[in-house]
Amino acid sequence: MSATQAARGPYSDVIRERWRRPRFRGELPGAGAVAEDVNPLCGDRVRLMLALEGERVSAARFVGDSCAICAASADVLAELVVGRSRAEALRVGAADLLAVLQADIRPTRMRCVTLPLSVLATALNGKR
Amino acid sequence: MRLDELTRPDFPILERVVNGHPLVYLDSAASSQRPRTVIEAMSQYYARSHANVHRSIHTLGEEATELYEAARDRVQRFIGAQHREEVIFTRGTTDGLSLLAETIGRTLRAGDEVLITELEHHSNIVPWQLATRDRGAVLKAVPLGDDGTLDLGAFERLLTRRTRVVAFAHVSNVLGTINPVAGMCARARQAGAFSVVDGAQATPHLSLDMSALDCDFYAFSAHKMLGPTGLGVLYGRRKVLEALEPGRGALDCDFYAFSAHKMLGPTGLGVLYGRRKVLEALEPGRGGSEMIKEVWIDRAQWNDLPWRFEPGTPPIAEAVGLSAAIEYLEKLGMDAVAEHERALTRQTLEGLAAIPGVRVYGPPASEARGAVVAFSVEGLHPHDVAALLDAEGIAVRAGHHCAMPLMRRLGVVGTSRASFSVFNSPEEVRHLLAAVGELRTAL
Repeated sequence: MSATQAARGPYSDVIRERWRRPRFRGELPGAGAVAEDVNPLCGDRVRLMLALEGERVSAARFVGDSCAICAASADVLAELVVGRSRAEALRVGAADLLAVLQADIRPTRMRCVTLPLSVLATALNGKR
Repeated sequence: MRLDELTRPDFPILERVVNGHPLVYLDSAASSQRPRTVIEAMSQYYARSHANVHRSIHTLGEEATELYEAARDRVQRFIGAQHREEVIFTRGTTDGLSLLAETIGRTLRAGDEVLITELEHHSNIVPWQLATRDRGAVLKAVPLGDDGTLDLGAFERLLTRRTRVVAFAHVSNVLGTINPVAGMCARARQAGAFSVVDGAQATPHLSLDMSALDCDFYAFSAHKMLGPTGLGVLYGRRKVLEALEPGRGALDCDFYAFSAHKMLGPTGLGVLYGRRKVLEALEPGRGGSEMIKEVWIDRAQWNDLPWRFEPGTPPIAEAVGLSAAIEYLEKLGMDAVAEHERALTRQTLEGLAAIPGVRVYGPPASEARGAVVAFSVEGLHPHDVAALLDAEGIAVRAGHHCAMPLMRRLGVVGTSRASFSVFNSPEEVRHLLAAVGELRTAL
């Protein structure tokens, strides 16, 4: 990690970029799988909407009121699950997100990264 | 000499360097730091005098009891309580408020009302929800005006003959609002209701006199006033306390409980294991040891005050530590403490208000306020604000501050909050203001 990145703490270039210009933020009308959850520690809220073609995720969007880390994580997750089967999407884990985010996330902020993952699990396992 | 110049050398933690910067600790409203005298009083106690209190008939047991009860006397003087029996040691403000809600709760009947306010900490909301829920009692809240103070007209309307309890904060942990305690307690008494005051944010900052406030109950935490974690105080007017039965009932054998202090650990800490299914289905309940005078298989006679409300081995070292913390504060003088923190609060409020995109919450700087300043930075989540400030060595709190109803009232998910103690300096506030000024371009 570069000296600049250390000074920024958890805010890697990827997180800053995804926070300022998210690619998957927005509504998804007619989504077949939707879930929402809250991080009780900070009140962050993420809602994930997925369109399914058979077993395959064909589109994903998120909305929410959250910190930059959580929003960037949701944005990356939406990107990673599109095109995958339901089972493949459920196998996406924190390590996959961190590999893209390229950030030094301390344990106190890990829930910011993983909140979108539990929302995804609810969306794909539960019913609308 | 300024108060911070006087006190800073007493706080070893201020020697810490965080992320390459000297620590600027602006989170005393969440938990204060401890001066060396408190840390030393506690380690001296452990190194020389520790034994269980009250029932150990040997030298150490007597010393421990003496120190523990001397702490009670010091608390009594510090808060201006009339009688030592009015000082009950608990595990903290939350514990004291829960104890009251459980105890008073069992006397509630259908249609009774408990009146809280919109600016309460969760600890002064949820226990009352539990207390009212199963008895058909009603929980109501005094609304907040746009200026961050309580709507006292609405308070008058909501206070009726059905009101059994009026529970509210002395100082808001988010807005810093100082509520008119004496007036509200007097009105509660006229209406025939108990008055319960959450003093967590007031005790470290304001000079207290229970007889002037004239409340029935007043709860606070040691760890917010330079003292140790794991200890709180519940003040209760003697007449009222004597009429109450201890509210904590039997344990359930699906649980297994043990104490840290019996296994070389500190006092004030225990573990309660419970099967998840059982835990989920049960309400909290407690009881035993020091709160009892005599026990039969089918009944028990409660102990005298204050021990009636102190089940289990109490946090003894913590009481010794609290005593040292009070001694430290008294040496500084609570008026000097309040004045120092008011100056820092005003400097912060005015400085933050001058930064574009920054919004501050609560009454204006000209009003009497507690030593907290909640603020938000346009376009940034409060947790990101806190993390970016931490990179500068500045510790502030961020989030909902355990006051979600208040956050909803303010129309935000959370705020960032700087809070002050005796050791904070005007230079640290300037450092905070400079760092906040840079934030909008930081992400």
